[in-house]
Formats: sequence, C-alpha cells, structure tokens
Amino acid sequence: MSLGRRAFLQFSLGAGAGLTLSPLPWKLLDDSSIWSQTFRGLPIEVPVPPAGEVTIKKTVCALCPGGCGISVRKVKERAVKIEGTEGHPINDGGICPMGAAGLYQIYGGARVTKPLKRTGERGDGNWSEVSWADAISDISTQLNKTRKEGLSHTVACLSGSDQGTVPQLLKRLLSAYGSPNFFSMPSLRDTEGLALRFMHGKKGVLGYDLENADYVLSFGSGLIEGWGSPVSVFRAHSALRDKAREGKAKLIQLESRLSNTAAKADKWIPIEPGTEAAVALGLAHVIVKEMLYNKQFIDNNVFGFEDWVDLNGKTHRAFKRMVLEDWPVDKVSAITAVPAAQIFELARGFAKSSAPLAVAGRGKGMTPSGLNEFMAIYSLNALVGNVNKKGGVCVVPEIPLKEWPDIARDGLALAGLEHQRIDGADTKQAPVAQSLFNMVPDLINQINQEKMSDVMSALFIYNANPCYTLHNTQQVASAFNKIPLIISFASHKDETAKYADYILPNHTNLERYDDIYMPPGLGFPVIGLSQPVITPQYDTRHTGDVIIELAKAMGGTIAESFKFANYETLLKERLAEKWDTLVAEGFWKDDSFKLEGDRGFDTPTERFELFVIGLQRGGFISKDDNDYLPYYKSFPMSGEKDEYPLILIQTDSMRLANGTIATPPLMTKTVSDSVLKKNDIVVEINPQTAATYGLLDGDKALLKTPTGKTNVRVSYYNGLKPGVIAMPTGLGHTAYDDYICGKGTNSNDIIGTVTDPVVGFDIAWGCRAEIKRIIA
Amino acid sequence: MSAHHDEKPHCCQTASSGKCSMVFLAISFLIGFLFFLGVGWIVFPKLLYSKKIQPIDFDHKLHTAEAGGCESCHSLREDGTFTGIPGLDNCLQCHEEQIGNNPEEQKLVEDYVKQNKEIPWLVYSRQPDCVFFSHAAHTKMGKIECKECHGDKGESEKTVPYEENRITGYSRDIDGRIVPGLKLAANDRMKMTDCGDCHKKHGENNACFVCHK
Repeated sequence: MSLGRRAFLQFSLGAGAGLTLSPLPWKLLDDSSIWSQTFRGLPIEVPVPPAGEVTIKKTVCALCPGGCGISVRKVKERAVKIEGTEGHPINDGGICPMGAAGLYQIYGGARVTKPLKRTGERGDGNWSEVSWADAISDISTQLNKTRKEGLSHTVACLSGSDQGTVPQLLKRLLSAYGSPNFFSMPSLRDTEGLALRFMHGKKGVLGYDLENADYVLSFGSGLIEGWGSPVSVFRAHSALRDKAREGKAKLIQLESRLSNTAAKADKWIPIEPGTEAAVALGLAHVIVKEMLYNKQFIDNNVFGFEDWVDLNGKTHRAFKRMVLEDWPVDKVSAITAVPAAQIFELARGFAKSSAPLAVAGRGKGMTPSGLNEFMAIYSLNALVGNVNKKGGVCVVPEIPLKEWPDIARDGLALAGLEHQRIDGADTKQAPVAQSLFNMVPDLINQINQEKMSDVMSALFIYNANPCYTLHNTQQVASAFNKIPLIISFASHKDETAKYADYILPNHTNLERYDDIYMPPGLGFPVIGLSQPVITPQYDTRHTGDVIIELAKAMGGTIAESFKFANYETLLKERLAEKWDTLVAEGFWKDDSFKLEGDRGFDTPTERFELFVIGLQRGGFISKDDNDYLPYYKSFPMSGEKDEYPLILIQTDSMRLANGTIATPPLMTKTVSDSVLKKNDIVVEINPQTAATYGLLDGDKALLKTPTGKTNVRVSYYNGLKPGVIAMPTGLGHTAYDDYICGKGTNSNDIIGTVTDPVVGFDIAWGCRAEIKRIIA
Repeated sequence: MSAHHDEKPHCCQTASSGKCSMVFLAISFLIGFLFFLGVGWIVFPKLLYSKKIQPIDFDHKLHTAEAGGCESCHSLREDGTFTGIPGLDNCLQCHEEQIGNNPEEQKLVEDYVKQNKEIPWLVYSRQPDCVFFSHAAHTKMGKIECKECHGDKGESEKTVPYEENRITGYSRDIDGRIVPGLKLAANDRMKMTDCGDCHKKHGENNACFVCHK
C-alpha cells in the first residue's frame, strides 16, 4: 500500500478514536432514542392538551332523554373526562357508555363548523360556507314569500321530541307563522302518553317504581339495554337483583331472544315474537278467573272491568268478559308458545306478590307500541291495584314552567292554522295521535314533484335523524329528496343533514344551555339543566337563538311573538324560581311529589279506564269494541310466508346508539364479533335454522325482506327462537366520518313500516325475512 | 497467502518504510484524532443546539421585587398541582395597559394582551411526557428551594437563549449545560440519573414508578 493510503488509514483511525472519545456518538445514540419516543411531527403524535388548572363543571347530559347529571373535568379550556355526578337523583354517579364517550361529540370529526348552504345535487355533499346573517336573511325572506302566497301551512318542523324549550319555540314559530305541522319523532313515549291520557285521564310521564317492586314482569323491555332513563333503570335493576338474591324479589323477562336483561333475570320465558300482549291477556285471564285481582281497586277505582250499558241501551263487553272469553290459557299458549303451566304460574306469582309490576315497551323503547297492545300489558298493574303505590306505576304530572306570553297571529297565520295536518294526525283518519311523521314519507312519495310546494314546501329538522332512525330508510330518503327546502340544525353531518339545503349548526350539548324536561319512566318529577362547560369551539349558534332571530327577521306578528332578547334570557325566565337551583345542582326535583297518593283519574268516568271511553270521545270511532280494550291482534307483516319464511327482529344494546346521536367509535369498538365483524353486520340465527339453510357459524349470507336486502354474516345463537333472525340496531351509518361510517348495516334499511289501525303509529318491531348463503 | 510473497513487494517490505514514514503516519493519526475530537466536543454541540429567543425578554429581578418571591407567580394550587409558567391572565393583573416604557413590555401589550394570545414561552425545565414530577413533593414536603434545581432565575434581568436540541426538542439545560456528565452545580443537568442521584443521596424512593406512572 502507498504511503498516502496508509496515512489516510491512520487519519481515519485517529478520527474514529477522536470521535469515540468525544461525546458525539454517545450523545447521538441517546438523542436518537429519545427522538424515537417523541414522535414529533409524525402522524402518530398524540395531541396533548396544554397543562393548566383542573376544574370540574357540572351539567346534565343531553345525548338521550335520560337526563343523567354529569361532571366534566377540564384541564384549562379542554374537557378531558366525563363522569356521572354523585348524588344526582337520576344516576347518582353512574353513567352510560355514550355519555362517557360524550367528548367525541365536541372534538370528534364530522362536526359542522359553520353554517352551510348546499351547492350541487342533494346528497353529493357539496357545501359552501355562508354567514349566519346571510343564512337567516335568505331563509326568512323565503318563508315570508311562502306566507304571502297563502302557503304558510306547508312549512313544517320535525323535532326529536316535543319536550323542552327549543321544541316549544319551534312550535311557537309555526303557530305564529300559520302552520299546524309540528312533528316529533315517534317513540314509546307516544304510546305511553295515550295510555296516560285515556286510562288515567292525565298528562305527564308514566313512572315505574322498579326499585321497590318485588315481582317484575318485563314484556321484552330492555331494562339493561337502555329502556327508560338508562342509568336510572340500571340502578333500579341492580337493586332488584340484590333483593332477588335474598329471595325478596323476582324479575321475569318475556322475550323471544335471550337478551342481557333476560340472561340476568330470574327467569327467561321465550315467546313468539310480537306476542307480548297475548301473554299479558292470558295472565289476565288466570288472574280474573281465579279471582286473584284486587277487588277493592277494581270495584272502587276502575271502569270497564264489568260490562257496561251505554246511553242507547247497548251492552258493551268489557275487560272481564273479554279475557275470560277470548283468551283461554290453551289459546294463549298456542299463540305465544308459552306452556300453559307457565302461564298459570306467572299469573299466580304476579297477583300474589305485594308489589307486582308489569313493564311494557320492547327493547329501548325507541318504537311506539300499538295502544291496545300496550294497554294489555299495562292493565295487569291495574288488575292487581298497583297504581299510585310504592313499587307500582304512577303518573308524574308535568312540572309547570312560567307561562309563555300570548302568540300574536295575523290573518295569514289564522288561515294557515285552519288547514289539516300533513300527517293526518288530529284528523278523522287518526284523531288521537298528536304527531305521525311515520306517515309522511309515503304521503310525499305519492305526490307529484310540482305539487310539493302546495303540500310541504319547507321542513326544519331539530335534534332528529329520520333518514337513519325511521323504518324503510329508502322511502324516507326519496321523500326527503322531494322536499323543496330543508333546514337542518344538526351539529354533525348526519344522514338527514346530507339532504339539507341549509345546515345551521347547533352547539353541542356541552356548549349550550338547555332544559332536559322530565326523563321517561322515573317515579318523580325532575328537570335537568344542561349548562355550557366549554365555550363553543366553532362558529355554531344555539338553535334557540337562531329561531328567535329568524322570527324577528320575518317581522310582523311573528316578530311580535318573539320579543325575547336571546335564548338564555328566555330559558331563565321560563325556569323562573327554579333557575338558581338548576345552575347550582344541575337538577330541580319536586320533593313534594309522593309516589303513593290518590291522584284520582280525570277520565270521563273519573275512574281508571280499562275500556277507554276517552278514545271514543277523542274522535276514534270503531264498531269493534275490542279497539277500546286492552287487546292483541296478530301483527300484520307484509310479504308472503312461503317467500319469506323467517322473522327478523331488531335487537337493542347498551353498546350501540340507535337514535339521533350516532354511536361514537369508542363504543363501536366494544361490540363483539357476534355483532360486527370487520365491517359486516352479524345477525344471530338459531343453529337449527342455520342448518336448514346450510349456514355455518360465521358464514356470509344475503338477508332479504320485502323492504330490502343486505349482506350479513351469521352467528349461531341458541338463545334465539328457531325461525327468527336477530339484527342489531345502531350500525350502518352512511354519514359522519370515516370512524363511524360504513360499519355494518342499518336495520331500518330493511324493515318496513306497519301502521297501527287504531292510533296510526308505526309499530313495526320486525318483519318477514329470507336468508340465503352467499357462496363466494 | 504464500503466493502473495512472489509478487510485487509488500508495503511493509518497501525501502521507504522507515522512521520518516512512521512519524508521518503518526502525525496523520494525530491530525485525524485531534480534528475529530474537536468536531465531537466543540462543533457537534454548536450544531446540535439551536438558539431560540424567548418571546419577551422577561426581567425576573424587577418582578420578584414588585410581586415578592417566586411563589407570587409560580405557586401550588389548592389541589396540589403546580401552576408552572403563568398564563396571560397572571400578567393581566398589572399589564392590562402599558405601565412603563420598556419596548419588551410594549411587545407584551401589543402582541399578546391586546390579541388575547397566550405567550409561547420556551420552557427550559421541560421534561418528556413520560415523566411525572410533583412540585408539591419537592418544594412543600422536601423543602427544596426553587433555585436548587432551577438556578437563581429570580435574580436575572434578562432571559437566556433557549438552546434546543434539534433531535429531541428538549433544552440544553436538561441535556447538560457544560459537558455531558460533568456538573459544577446541581442543576447543570437534569436527566434521569440526576434525579436518581439526588433521590439516592437523600434516601428517597428510587423505584421506576415514582416518576414513570
């Protein structure tokens, strides 16, 4: 080797030695390892909110009507954790998974950050940002124009519920504007409301004192799937289980599927799907025949137990004769598949207990029941006299808030209000229902597009997602496509907002004031106050304020009816003396209300009516006396039995949200492979049934119903009746963001509507179905 | 290998290998050694650390005299957490408007107070996210004075440039001001072993979970 090369080698050796004896290599190694732990600037870097003062703010969750009190922990301005508030009368520190994952509603994707106006075709998802001023000005101008053309009755509003001050404001707007078309989304509350109205003669909330009952017959109610005010019912359920362990209580679940509630019950009675009311009538038969009913209550406080004679001298068969004649145990057993001996045992066990309670409403109670079916189950409580008693049912009266000022109405408004409702509610066709939005999609689909402006020219949508939650979503979608103007107040880009012309985003529940009025199923009157916990993150506006501004922009008598400074001031006025308590505690409870108490019955007979005369007086005239009684009629399902030999039922779960608010991704991750496998929805099938179709556990299949079809995977489940397929609700979103969209199927896509002939509700809980193995 | 000896003469057998070339080679070695020693000790640190200036040239001496002690702005809250470097609302207690005619104060009022913007201070003592440090345990229970770990910042009239490690993003105050491993004062370096040494010296718990929850 040449000298030069050797010198270079020596130089390199020296360099190596020099570097080694310097900090460079060691520091570089150390720093590189630290770098690998920081992920600075890399896509996997986890955002950490800035450190700061920790505060806890109390508010009330508004993600479901349950009304749980929540405490939100904040680090500086960032909300970091939601927990239940200890001592709150509804949930006492408990919280459901949706509430716990509530931060996703604020910080998660698919939020509408500014008011949007549609550009391009409906459903394309092309929006342009508009200013609040422009949006309100455009909409109010259009609405004024519609009004001047004498078409104010064509403007409609769909609200998640009719409780609460914002829905009341929407109602007020329509009233001052001149339209009777205020709709609220259907739910079990509608049926309960009618039962209260006709059986008790009262307005309010139907309360169940589950905690203190000692023999609970749950007719498919998902007590731990989200029925009622979920966390409150969970707590009551736990109390029941504790008592049951000591032999002091019993929970019997009657359901066609082994749900979680059934699995934890003392007894699970499998029944034919949809026959809950028949079982109840069979039990009533035994109770009446064996004279196990509460004679004193029946004689003194009930009408319609014994036959009665009307003013024309006609005798009407009433409850006693009806159950004895029409519902012998053998017949009930054949309809429901419950063994006769079981029916006797249940009836005797129920009637002989000191606090027996019959609970109605399938699953979470998202779908209304038919009135007669509900009455069949509810009447069991009256039979044993467990009304307005501890461990029984009671009517919780509405909490009076400050009166609204009078609405100013001009000639156009009065003319508009004369028109019939679009959904036919409160008309001869469906005299007793207050709102029947389930009828609307079909009605609209039958109208020519040119005539649409004469029927429904505009629709406001508040706190509702009908394009996802109503049955037969295809029908709903095509109807929504036809409505000329749709204004959504959604905070997130949900399925319905996709069809809107304007999205005027509301603050999320943690960013706004709102009253949560009387949650369902509780045995006491309570209001919650949702308070802002963080400042609004985006350019959103409280819908209450938007309505007030819209009204003011429209001028005239409409503006006169909306002389409110802003929503917060209005809410404060409405809640009056309750405001301070609400702000401090988050709730206002009427401690003077006692569950036990003679609250009387304000029915035409001033008694609890088993034969609901009030229904007749309400306008529903029927030749069939059974329409006024608790009754069971077999469920009318579309499709031919030989073409669709199976029955599809929907299953509700505490882990999936099937209402207006979509299941947050964290919750979707908690479901097992028997609910969702990758992106395929999984339906449960009895192994026997699966065998006849050549389906192995986990196989892909095509599920068809008269309404639609979808690809599924099957999961063997012995807890399901043969011949029945069970599909989870709450999946299959087609909007929001990538973390929510595209997982599974929306069961509402393939289940059609079934209209109850007495009240007009959509009472579908399932449908006929057909399954075929996919070979691929 | 034996065949190799029959070919051209091997380098070590040439006539030119002698004392001269030995020295030349030794010098080459030395040049390489010294040069890269310098690179490692002097050039490398200069390249590794970037000098950043604090957004405002804060005068601690003036403020501790006005407000009285470290605790008036850097304190323990009711729940035991440490406020750290105060937010803008702390400055607002006096500096809603300009109260002097210092250009730095002008910066505070115009760029931050009027815009309601938090001052993006560069934190010399910032430790990685995996480290849990409780000020209460050290200042309240351990009765350690602030300056023991942070130096006598209270006496400073100007801010010191923030020397940021370009690879890790942490301050040179953590890595070691002078030379890795060499400390003249207790707070010249604040890496894990430094915390550990002090814990050991005082007989405190040195288990992993004490700082890494």
